[in-house]
Amino acid sequence: MRISNLDFSYDNKQIFQDYSLEPSDGVTCLMGASGKGKTTLLKLMAGLLKPDKGTVDMDNRRVSFMFQEDRLLPWLNVRDNVLLVTDREKETDQLLEELGIDGNLKISELSGGMARRVALARCLMFESDVLLMDEPFKGLDEALVKKVASIIIRQNKPTIVSTHSLDEVEALGGEIVNL
Amino acid sequence: MTSIQENKLLKNAISRLFWLLLWQLAALKVGKELILPSPFAVVKALGRLIVTASFWQNTFTTIVRVLSGYCLGIAVAVILAVATCSNDLADSLLSPIIRIIRATPVASFIILALLWMGKSNVPVLMSMLMVVPVVWENIVAQYQATDRDLLEMAEAYRLSKWKKFRYIYVPSAFPGFLAGCLSAMGLAWKSGIAAEVLSQPSLAIGSNLYYSKVYLETPELFAWTAVVVILSMCIEKLIRKWLFRGVGHENK
Repeated sequence: MRISNLDFSYDNKQIFQDYSLEPSDGVTCLMGASGKGKTTLLKLMAGLLKPDKGTVDMDNRRVSFMFQEDRLLPWLNVRDNVLLVTDREKETDQLLEELGIDGNLKISELSGGMARRVALARCLMFESDVLLMDEPFKGLDEALVKKVASIIIRQNKPTIVSTHSLDEVEALGGEIVNL
Repeated sequence: MTSIQENKLLKNAISRLFWLLLWQLAALKVGKELILPSPFAVVKALGRLIVTASFWQNTFTTIVRVLSGYCLGIAVAVILAVATCSNDLADSLLSPIIRIIRATPVASFIILALLWMGKSNVPVLMSMLMVVPVVWENIVAQYQATDRDLLEMAEAYRLSKWKKFRYIYVPSAFPGFLAGCLSAMGLAWKSGIAAEVLSQPSLAIGSNLYYSKVYLETPELFAWTAVVVILSMCIEKLIRKWLFRGVGHENK
């Protein structure tokens, strides 16, 4: 994966200018103050945004994107939200159980942290080669951060995570890229 | 029954009594049944009507006509809305026509339709024509307001067109569909009855309204109008109940 000489502006604000990055095949943690472009960079890598100039080369790898917002469908239950992106029912049930979420719950019945774990389950169950995760630990307590981090590491996929917290970086054990 | 419900019932009863009293006073002041019959005269006329077989035949036939037009209108509106939402060309073709239908007086359509088809079908067509723009517009507006974040999520997870339609667009447009169906019911009744008045098919509430006016039977005119109002309210209540059950199912 390689980002080369990237230019990107939004609403007349230059976010990236001649920016290059070559993430490792392990875990990469994007850090930086709000507005520095962490989410934008992840979206560019996911192909959800197009660069003004330069290239984003993902080596034709299929990416799974975990948004900063949970973006769950309120008219489906937890299990159906995850099964929307995969056919692997058994593994979905196992993952939800491991994350401590009842698959039959309605989205309106979830707390912030529970909804975050459902969004995580959906991201992990999507058949992909690379994980792009925008603040995956938002709203999770310390114990859950450790648990979720271990599940992410276990996937053994190139993973790029945006975060504000050094504790989260430590839990993931990744390399830091400051924006 | 809770005290809040009792309070509401009491308020409703007082409000109805007030309007009936006002009507009775106005009828007494006018003093001519031909111009303004009293509530009692209307109830008497209604009593005379409901014991006849023709009352039920007329009422049943009108209900069938209006509901047929209503259901056909919903079906056509849904098909046109799907076409509008899925294709820009269909959108630019259909949008102006549907807006013209909405703006055209129903009387113009009725007179035109009388030239083109049998008079018993005109009320069905009119009910349908009034329903289509309302339901179509509501569905399209809700479709256009679909949450962009969910669509971006669908793009990120490469959801198929069918999954996007079934799991994002349809549930997003559903509240608009419900609102459109509810507000279209009243229009279907009004336009259906108006078409019956102008086309006078053999069995119809509208025809009886017309004959009551021609033969100066004002209490009957009021009685038939009361039948239309009561039927419209009852059917709207039934549809509301049925549609809300649908919402519950959708959210399960």
